[in-house]
Amino acid sequence: MSETAMARAARATPPSAARRIRGLSDRAIAWIFVAPTIFLLLAVNIFPLIWTVRLSFTNFRANRPNAEVSWIGLRNYTRILTDDDIWLTMQATAHFLFWTIALQVLIGFALAWLINRKFRHSDMWTTIIVLPMMLSPAVVGNFWTFLYQPQIGLFNYAIAFLTGADPTSFSMIGEVALAPWAIVIVDTWMWTPFVMLICLAGLRSIPDTIYEAAECDRASKWRQFWTLTVPMVLPFLMLAVLFRGIENFKMFDLVVQLTGGGPGNTTTLTSIDLKREAFEKWRTGYASAYAVILFVTVFGLASIYVKALNKVKER
Amino acid sequence: MSGYSITEPSRGQKRLAGALVILYAVITLLPLLWIVATGFKSPSDAISYPPKLVFEPTMEGYVNLFTTRTRVTPETLAELPPPDTWYDAIVRKYDMVIAGPSRYGERFLNSVIIGFGSTFLSVFLGTIAAYAFSRFKVPLKDDLLFFILSTRMMPPIAVAIPIFLMYRELGLNDTHLGMIFLYTAVNLSLSVWLLKGFIDEIPIEYEEAALIDGYTRFQAFRKVVLPQAATGIASTAIFCLIFAWNEYAFAVLLTSGTAQTAPPFIPTIIGIGGQDWPAVAAGATLFLAPVLVFTILLRKHLLRGITFGAVRK
Repeated sequence: MSETAMARAARATPPSAARRIRGLSDRAIAWIFVAPTIFLLLAVNIFPLIWTVRLSFTNFRANRPNAEVSWIGLRNYTRILTDDDIWLTMQATAHFLFWTIALQVLIGFALAWLINRKFRHSDMWTTIIVLPMMLSPAVVGNFWTFLYQPQIGLFNYAIAFLTGADPTSFSMIGEVALAPWAIVIVDTWMWTPFVMLICLAGLRSIPDTIYEAAECDRASKWRQFWTLTVPMVLPFLMLAVLFRGIENFKMFDLVVQLTGGGPGNTTTLTSIDLKREAFEKWRTGYASAYAVILFVTVFGLASIYVKALNKVKER
Repeated sequence: MSGYSITEPSRGQKRLAGALVILYAVITLLPLLWIVATGFKSPSDAISYPPKLVFEPTMEGYVNLFTTRTRVTPETLAELPPPDTWYDAIVRKYDMVIAGPSRYGERFLNSVIIGFGSTFLSVFLGTIAAYAFSRFKVPLKDDLLFFILSTRMMPPIAVAIPIFLMYRELGLNDTHLGMIFLYTAVNLSLSVWLLKGFIDEIPIEYEEAALIDGYTRFQAFRKVVLPQAATGIASTAIFCLIFAWNEYAFAVLLTSGTAQTAPPFIPTIIGIGGQDWPAVAAGATLFLAPVLVFTILLRKHLLRGITFGAVRK
């Protein structure tokens, strides 16, 4: 086939069928372009993952590389699943997950709804509201311990100012009853804008004509909100919850800087507990089994959730 | 929207909505403003009760951030020649002399090196991979794309255990190169997904025209697709940079000295009797400021970036 005939064929056929004209074949280019990414991810993610699974069946300790390593089968797993402390950690994580997501969805949606009223300079204020979520959680978390100090902290002062309580009478990060809420407050402060942005996109995706039609049918604003707005934003909201859920299940930096897991174990989320086992107690095998259990939990929950999300989208 | 519409909120509604949003924005900005303000307070002003809104600004926090100081007796201090510089003068008020630079400069530079290095690599690899995924028939495309995304779901601490062991074998613990590879790998999921979205939006006809004009695939990619994708590539790069800049978990576990970045370092800045809050705040201000600027530059693509391209507006 001549060159021009090829060109004509290339023009006439869809891109996937476009053939090579000169130089490397498309197939070769595709492989050359994709291979480095896949290779790097295999080296830095999959190979370590397989290594983790292998280690999880041993009593290996990384601080004693020369000690004899023996296979102990599923003993790490049974020990983790029957350990009461791990269940307390899971409870702390669940509390953190539930309340951060609930608050962020409520406040985030409300803010998005207000911003969608399109008042003057609403874009500028949106950008300002978004700022906290872009910052380093460790650096910001560390500074919040200053805001949370009894007496001199701005947070305690503000609460005292609003409620009339004594600012020295409570310590957000020092008290067992308050610490779980201290981390919820900072996470909500940081990540509400994330939910807000996604909700805003959802609200803006609803065409005005639908509301106009509803007005013609004399549907009340209340009814419009529940039968039009909410269902149409729901897929967006669920996506936001998925992202926040995965992120907060992995939560480490912010909370470790805020409370370090304390007081006691009240804010010891799974990642913090895992870090202690792996890098302070150096029970590498045990921590590896712990990590595998966390993987399975995240992937399991996320895939169930994604199925639900797809169902909502199809509706 | 033009003209009157029954769905357009009334003026009063707009005002009320605006007022509530601005109230939230002000409250949410307070902690950030407090960081900036604390950086310019003297140590005693920083911990005064009630918290001081009005204070005499001083550069003490910044001086303490960048220097190490030693205490000297008042007699030795009196014998010293008068201070050469304004920062010498500040330090001497506290019966101290500057002993040398602090580690903050190095740590900040590490953040810059690792941030830019990993951003360059992940955007480069991400762009070519995204191009391939966007334009060619890659076997198991959807599975590969999902695999790339799923690498982001793993808790960093869980990944860090084997990485730590692997890097120990390879001598990559606490090295710039090790951190650049690691952050590149973590950012690849974001850069491939985001860039695939951006490249998908470039009409394929442009390349076809170039191919017909006698360009090779490589030339078409370089001279047609890359310029078209420039905005997308730039915003992806900023997202990758912000991630690497802010990252803490890997940094605290895998670096301790030569390659330590700023986030694990800033919380360790201590003065007499605990954290030196003005110095911490000064360090945080300098460290957070670039991200604030980038966020404002990125505002149009923010939503896309934080959702890995899932929501495009």
